[in-house]
Amino acid sequence: MPELVQEVAPRELTMAQAINEALAEEMRRDPSVFIIGEDVAEAGTPFKVLKGLVEEFGPERVIDSPISEAGITGLGVGAAMTGLRPVVDLMFGDFVTLAMDQMVNQAAKIHYMSGGKLKAPMVIRTTLGATRRSAAQHSQSLHAWFSHVPGLKVALPATPYDAKGLLKTAIRDDNPVVFFEDKLMYQKKGPVPAEEYTLPFGVADVKREGSDITLVATSSMVYVALEAAELLARDGLSAEVVDLRTTFPLDKETLIESAKKTGRALVIDEGYERYGVTAELASVIAEGAFYHLDAPVKRMGAMDVPIPFSPVLEDLTVATSAGVAAAAKALCGRA
Amino acid sequence: MADSEVKLSVADAAGLTEVGLEQWLHMYEQMARIRAFEEQVNQLYLSAKMPGLAHLYIGQEAVAVGVCEALTRNDYITSTHRGHGHCIAKGASTDRMFAELLGRAAGYCRGKGGSMHIADQETGNLGANAIVGGSAGIATGAAFTSKRLGEGRVAVCFFGEGALGQGLLYEVMNMASLWKLPVLYVCENNLYNEYTRYEETTAGTLGGRAQAFNMHAERVNGQDIRQVYTAANRLVGRARGGNGPAFLQCDTYRFMGHHVGDIDRTYYRTKDEERTWREERDPLPLLKTWLLGQGQADQSMIDQIEREIRDEIAAAVQFALDAPYPDAHEVTQHVYA
Ligand SMILES: Cc1ncc(C[n+]2csc(CCOP(=O)(O)OP(=O)(O)O)c2C)c(N)n1
Ligand SMILES: [Mg+2]
Repeated sequence: MPELVQEVAPRELTMAQAINEALAEEMRRDPSVFIIGEDVAEAGTPFKVLKGLVEEFGPERVIDSPISEAGITGLGVGAAMTGLRPVVDLMFGDFVTLAMDQMVNQAAKIHYMSGGKLKAPMVIRTTLGATRRSAAQHSQSLHAWFSHVPGLKVALPATPYDAKGLLKTAIRDDNPVVFFEDKLMYQKKGPVPAEEYTLPFGVADVKREGSDITLVATSSMVYVALEAAELLARDGLSAEVVDLRTTFPLDKETLIESAKKTGRALVIDEGYERYGVTAELASVIAEGAFYHLDAPVKRMGAMDVPIPFSPVLEDLTVATSAGVAAAAKALCGRA
Repeated sequence: MADSEVKLSVADAAGLTEVGLEQWLHMYEQMARIRAFEEQVNQLYLSAKMPGLAHLYIGQEAVAVGVCEALTRNDYITSTHRGHGHCIAKGASTDRMFAELLGRAAGYCRGKGGSMHIADQETGNLGANAIVGGSAGIATGAAFTSKRLGEGRVAVCFFGEGALGQGLLYEVMNMASLWKLPVLYVCENNLYNEYTRYEETTAGTLGGRAQAFNMHAERVNGQDIRQVYTAANRLVGRARGGNGPAFLQCDTYRFMGHHVGDIDRTYYRTKDEERTWREERDPLPLLKTWLLGQGQADQSMIDQIEREIRDEIAAAVQFALDAPYPDAHEVTQHVYA
């Protein structure tokens, strides 16, 4: 009789559960970590991501705040500079505008301005992503702004596994980290090992290997790129999908090496296209892989308009797998 | 809620007699219109005909209607994420509002704004706002224009008590008081910032914030439209007369969830509390009972209003359901003026 090998199905968690688990583990590990934000305690945020944390850690460490984004972020900066590790929750990515001075002029600069004497080890968790029919003030993807500012780090995971590993790293990092989560991804499931792990910043992940074209994507657009790769495969084109995972630090090497290998690159991001993440990535690839490229680097961001409410208009503003596949085919001379 | 049982001042009680039956019935009609509109919005959500979510105003009707009754069409308002009531009270029509909520081209904003962004220049509505406290600057700026151009218009800034957490509000209240701008800050205290009770987020008194800027502040029972209207009428008149801004706290309650999807609410408020407000402090029966009791109105007048509203709302929602979506080319229109 052949030996029976017991197949253990890998543990699956949703993105929300993975984030929740990362926070719980880090709060158990380090008593200086605390969460502050609107409706984070009993409500566990409107997206229910923090469910159960106030029960375990109490209201001193999971703090329901007034609706004061500037205040909670500023308080976070001060607490971080004096020995605590705050995780500030900004419910919608659109609300970063209210906290901007605290993030950009205070948190980002204190280490440098103090000649390395002070630091602000904090995480600002917020969201990105459109197509939830939430209109112009609840749908933006503003991560490019923070990627622009020296002193800040920016992570934007696309899978539950990456989310957990990167969030743990963010909390342990001695710098302010802005952590973007796609609202539409919270219920998406994926394998997450039960054992402790962290993921380093500045290391992109090749989510699918390929040889004809490189699709570089972030957060919500990783799935769009993966679906596009499927469509391309049906047409006999082999697409490589590179997920950045952090826009800063940026893993230039992986981008450039992949583009050199395939000779073509298309970069996709949900932020506004102009002056956006895609512009930076395209220029990194163009500079680093120029003599290996068979086509100009193409970029696809969100349409340069405030995000409209009407579904028929909103759906036009974000890249789709069909649109990405068509653009990729054109780059490969197969239009 | 003993502290919300604010009684009418002697002057205001006397003022009630100056309001004629026609005007009371108009206020009743506007409240009934908001109630019926919101119930229909909830139905649209439950039947999956409306994209996204909406924050219903049911329970708070007396605030929007009582305040807007004291305004002219020319006066300005700014509104919030819970803005359908303000919009109707300022004179918008329900068919184009439904169309906006369904993302149709016939909507007030051609479907681009949706529930949280209805604006209507014709009725002086400078827009709902999905940023808590986000319209405080806009209302104050509108009052600034009115004063600068000598237009005699008043601006009303509606906001929930949650907006007291936002620094912007204090910056502009300070300027409004310094420069005697014709603006009325109407704070609708419905007791909750989403799912958190306001006492857990708000130190001190609400009106005390205005008083710190030497701004006149008053507080009324926001379920009693007689109180809301008489106070608003006086404060609007005061602002129009060049005597500066005021802060009006209206104690109220939202009968439904924070938004249409907020159905299980027991983890943040009790069913008993909801029942008490619904059964004892519903602004519509409160006004109706008073009008009937006074012998001012009879039941047939009320019945007729309700019948007409029912028909209007049914036709309005059908208009919206039948209306076409905007054309794709509109997506890039209106980014710049
Ligand atoms: C600046 C900002 N922070 C947070 C939110 C999310 N949010 C939407 S409504 C709301 C609660 C608002 O409470 P309140 O002002 O009392 O108005 P109510 O909903 O009770 O009418 C919150 C926190 C937001 N829209 N804007
Ligand atoms: Mg409230």
